[in-house]
Amino acid sequence: MTNMTVQNESRRKFLKESAALTGGLVIGFCLPATGGRAYAAEAQAKPVYPPNAFIRIAPDNSITLIVNKSEMGQGVYTSLPMLIAEELEADWSLIRIAPAPVADVYNHTRFGMQLTGGSSSVTSSWEQMRRVGAMGRILLIRAAAMRWHVAESACHAANSQVIHTKSGKKLSYGELANLAARLPLPDDVPLKDPKDFKLIGKSVKRLDTSVKTNGTAPFGLDVYLPGMLTVLVARSPVFGGKVKRFDASKASKLPGVQGVYQVPTGIAVAATGFWPAKTARDLLEIEWDEGPGAALSTPKLREEYLALARTPGAVARKDGDAGQGLKDAHKVVGAEYDVPYLAHATMEVLNVTVDLKPDQCTIWTGTQAQTMDRNMAAKIAGLKPEQVQIHTMYLGGGFGRRANPRSDFVHEAVEVAKAVGKPVKVVWTREDDMRGGYYRPMWADRIEAGIAKDGKPLAWKHIIVGQSIVADTPFEPMLAKNGIDGTSVEGAATLPYLIPNVQVELHSPKNAVPVQWWRSVGHSHTAFVVETMIDELAHLAGKDPVAYRLDILPATSRYRGALTLAAERAGWGKTQLPAGHAYGVAVHKSFESYVAEIAEVSVENGKARVHRVVAAVDCGTVVNPDGVRQQVEGGIVFGLSAALHGAITLENGRVMQANFDKYQPLRLSEMPQVEVHIVESKEDPTGIGEPGTPPIAPAVANALFALTGKRLRRLPLDQETLA
Amino acid sequence: MISFKINGKPAEVDVAPNTPLLWVIRDHLRLTGTKYGCGISQCGACTVHLDGAAIRSCVTPVSTVSGKEVITIEGLAETALGKTVQASWQEVDVPQCGYCQSGQIMEATALLREHPHPSDAQISEAMNGHLCRCGTYNRIRSAIQLAAQQQGDAK
Repeated sequence: MTNMTVQNESRRKFLKESAALTGGLVIGFCLPATGGRAYAAEAQAKPVYPPNAFIRIAPDNSITLIVNKSEMGQGVYTSLPMLIAEELEADWSLIRIAPAPVADVYNHTRFGMQLTGGSSSVTSSWEQMRRVGAMGRILLIRAAAMRWHVAESACHAANSQVIHTKSGKKLSYGELANLAARLPLPDDVPLKDPKDFKLIGKSVKRLDTSVKTNGTAPFGLDVYLPGMLTVLVARSPVFGGKVKRFDASKASKLPGVQGVYQVPTGIAVAATGFWPAKTARDLLEIEWDEGPGAALSTPKLREEYLALARTPGAVARKDGDAGQGLKDAHKVVGAEYDVPYLAHATMEVLNVTVDLKPDQCTIWTGTQAQTMDRNMAAKIAGLKPEQVQIHTMYLGGGFGRRANPRSDFVHEAVEVAKAVGKPVKVVWTREDDMRGGYYRPMWADRIEAGIAKDGKPLAWKHIIVGQSIVADTPFEPMLAKNGIDGTSVEGAATLPYLIPNVQVELHSPKNAVPVQWWRSVGHSHTAFVVETMIDELAHLAGKDPVAYRLDILPATSRYRGALTLAAERAGWGKTQLPAGHAYGVAVHKSFESYVAEIAEVSVENGKARVHRVVAAVDCGTVVNPDGVRQQVEGGIVFGLSAALHGAITLENGRVMQANFDKYQPLRLSEMPQVEVHIVESKEDPTGIGEPGTPPIAPAVANALFALTGKRLRRLPLDQETLA
Repeated sequence: MISFKINGKPAEVDVAPNTPLLWVIRDHLRLTGTKYGCGISQCGACTVHLDGAAIRSCVTPVSTVSGKEVITIEGLAETALGKTVQASWQEVDVPQCGYCQSGQIMEATALLREHPHPSDAQISEAMNGHLCRCGTYNRIRSAIQLAAQQQGDAK
């Protein structure tokens, strides 16, 4: 814990305490304190990223790389260091990692704030982190050249050493760091030719595996401060409800309970540990003013959504004349779809530790959104943003939940800290976490599509109904245009197939259920709807589903590479599957990556059984191939859990699922074999944390159609019994 | 006062007897490798060994472990088998977010102690009570098979 804390402190404190820890003088690889040149350059079109913000070189030659993205399982504590180390010519075996504190220099290169999301960590850091490393290497070579009084061009770097090429004499990075740190930043920072990459493109073992197999990886829940109290909050059973009155007399008497406080989100019980806090919370008597949220129920909502899907919405895409196209079509098919709210259900429940002092607020939590959380904490605490520091812990899963545009869990925790007046750890129980909202929205869709005589699609009309996740958040101006939330229609308005008449429309009704991004966001539902309907059109045209897709995809489309590779590796149309098994296929682009998945499925006891998934992915240049495989494997499991079992439903405003007994993620016994194949590419890297998720639901549904002749248009699939 | 042994050392705690072992381990003994995931024995994140058997500490009242021996992930490397399982996990690069892995490793070690060469069905049965939202199941299976093989080689 000490180490984690130290790594999160400001640079000065870091250096000081590191020195204390190692018992020697640590030479930080730092520019002069002002760092003026580097920071001023940030405002320019092509920002210069000072290596001192990301690289620390110690006299023992160890290198600590500061990672400005949150590690939530996606491997970013390995992939970003690989980018720096590649150009730095660092000895990979000596690399250590530390999470970045909150500071502008650690902002996401595209979002202008510190944020981990949108499958963008590698893509947005691809050039930045390589330049950071290259700049470091140039300075270290320059320092060696000065020490030896030779030309820089007479030296080269390898394995954390600068070598005088002719004589073979060497200086370690540890020996050079102090001098290198005093040199001005180079103006010209050329990057390696990809053919010279030593690390990038190789399967590298994750740097966080050891701590994740011996119990020492510090997650937010593992933070213990002296004098800290554990707090559980009793929140409204209905979204938007408020406390009318409460009686804490029984709860307060329980041993270990230190106080009961009303906070904006409910009633907070502070105790010496989780168990007394939980036991006392169960004894609270609270009367709630439930408000309009109490009228919400899933069947009614579904009816309303489907009714809306039969009316015109805001137009998100219009090519040709879909109405006329449908009239002219040789054959027409129409279908309605609905998919439920979904919880992220990260294995680590939400939790935040806050130490609030009059002039300072320190927060320990697993967050994907440091800048927003810091600003919210400052606002609630009545402090300036620079008086708030966040220690980003390992995240026991994120999947989008820990990037809350309203900073809901941090906001509440700072309110609790204000009320309690001591350091607090606010812990959500599993039930709190699952019933706490910020779900993947529930969606209803209606598609009418028609094919021409030659079987090719002629018209496509798609109406989407569901809550906007960016409405009334700071992201609305960035992600919503002309009344269309881009995340609601992604994957639908971007339909890639050659269809002359396309219309995509959107309704964004509002209600009290808080919604949020959930691994793959809008694609998590649009891929299901679009790719099952394309399968219907293939069937209507009497064509093979893979051949049909290839037939109607543009000639240069990168979808083709992924689809072709998956079909090849699965032996599509060739492999003799066991009796009662069938393949289903889907291909989808999200976060600029193209993923095709072929699922081998059978029906056991009326339910789908997925035996094998063959995935092919085109995500441009691959930094860590095994990391890509991990993410696609994980994305498939995440999507399959939802496709087969996942649903959050409401009755009288109450969430009917509270724990893993009613909200069942996939278990090991249901796990299919998964093969991940990578399309070779020299393009820049594209996203990989999320793109594995969208294609699996349609691939399985299409396989079930092939098996049973039944089109399944509602998720989860296990709500229907198959013959 | 309830007394038991944890990772070879004596422990004594003064808590309500129905307090789950999990919260004694975490809040009182400050061994944070054992995780809370569900509190109702549905996810396996809290798995520890009680006199050698894998149990769910979130539903085990601390009073029932009085006089017994508890091993957590922090004490697992004390045995050759525990070390082998952890090494296999690293070799296969199993963890993603890592939160469930302490429980997975404790269960896998108990399985391998009982069945040094578990069949696929035995692995499925033993590990089915452990959830992983990152989807590392196939790697968990591979790591168990690797550990079984290495354990065999060591003999």
